[in-house]
Amino acid sequence: MAEAIKLETPLGAREIERLRIGDKVLLNGEIYTGRDAAHKRLVEQLQRGEPLPFPLEGAVIYYVGPAPAKPGMAIGPAGPTTSYRMDPYTPALLEQGLKGMIGKGNRGKEVREALKRHKAVYFISTGGAAALVAERIKRAELVAYEDLGPEAVQRLIVADFPVIVANDIYGGDIYEEGKKRYRKEPVL
Amino acid sequence: MRKIKASELIGPVKQALQEINFDTPAETMESLRRAWKTEVSEAGRGVLEDIVKNREIAAKKRLAMCQDTGMAVIFVELGQEVHIEGPIEEALNEAVRQAYEEGYLRKSVVADPLFDRKNTRDNTPAIVHFRLVPGEQLKLIVAAKGAGSENMSTVKMLTPAAGVAGLKRAVVEFVEQAGPNPCPPIVVGLGIGGDLELAALLAKRALMRKMGQRNPDPRYAKLEEELLEAINRTGVGPQGLGGINTAMDVRIEYFPTHIAELPLAINIDCHLHRHKEIVI
Repeated sequence: MAEAIKLETPLGAREIERLRIGDKVLLNGEIYTGRDAAHKRLVEQLQRGEPLPFPLEGAVIYYVGPAPAKPGMAIGPAGPTTSYRMDPYTPALLEQGLKGMIGKGNRGKEVREALKRHKAVYFISTGGAAALVAERIKRAELVAYEDLGPEAVQRLIVADFPVIVANDIYGGDIYEEGKKRYRKEPVL
Repeated sequence: MRKIKASELIGPVKQALQEINFDTPAETMESLRRAWKTEVSEAGRGVLEDIVKNREIAAKKRLAMCQDTGMAVIFVELGQEVHIEGPIEEALNEAVRQAYEEGYLRKSVVADPLFDRKNTRDNTPAIVHFRLVPGEQLKLIVAAKGAGSENMSTVKMLTPAAGVAGLKRAVVEFVEQAGPNPCPPIVVGLGIGGDLELAALLAKRALMRKMGQRNPDPRYAKLEEELLEAINRTGVGPQGLGGINTAMDVRIEYFPTHIAELPLAINIDCHLHRHKEIVI
């Protein structure tokens, strides 16, 4: 099994060029949480020409709405949510320098094209393994949109947060590849 | 006539909501371990290992298995000889409120679906389905349904000409298109017959059965097994990364229908499969 690639955020173009679908990556440093409602606000702020609550250049956004933290824990269970719901907002954020997204599930064609154009990657993490992945999140602090509750934007400090490259800058798609490989015809 | 105070439901429903978010029933764990053992794809095995480990951590530390702790769905089967004193829906919502607040479960409900989408901050209201049955018993099935799999669900108004072959095609195509999004290995609940809303309800009811529990009608039981096999031939695999374990189970509930109709509802459940029956 290939060894995991360690990466520090913010991500740069050179690191991204190295990544191929199926690569195992361990992310370190700051990442930002953001899902449906936060994406809507970020893009609305961009449209109004307002500054964003965190710098997008080289940033990684994690599509997550964590559960509340128990006393003494940095964060509650915090696994990825389904990514396609963020597709309508993603190209606008990639244009501003967003370099990585962590979620689960497949992305639309427009997002995949935008990843190639802006040299950014889409990572996935195991869905529904939230107590397990939360162990790699060392700190969490509120950044913006507190009124959104679990959908507020938080800055997370992660240590060796395990992800897999699902879409790279070369147009690869891990889901299409995987299905093709294990499909048994005829299905019905 | 048996009397039950509505407030007596709060404790047991609250406990059930927390348990389904923390604990894994033996038959579900067995299905997941079997998938882990039989999976041929390395990425798929990695995912199943994560899922099994996560469940062990969640149970031990009393943590939610998934950050999406769901919207509470409660099926109430009320014996006709039972009189409930006080407002039952209020009691169920109070159980949800206490379970989610005290259990550190995420509040994932918005009050208005279209305009404000403001979080209700206590995960209420629950979705409650009532059914009157003979007898003196009060049975509740408590479920926590996440959005990843609920969004990958549908009702199709097939025509009778579709027949068994058309129905099978519709199910397999839909599940395949859902691909990684509902968090496979999934459980597929199918409602066949009735009308639009009953088909959907039957599909959800099918998800409330135990893992591997076949429909008592041998024709439907066989159809469940054939569909499970076909879905697992698609190659989607655990979390959609490729493999032979796309679904752990397919369950069907059916009902008579109109001479011109063949409604089919497909309700997918993620691998968490959180539900529990309680009898008061």
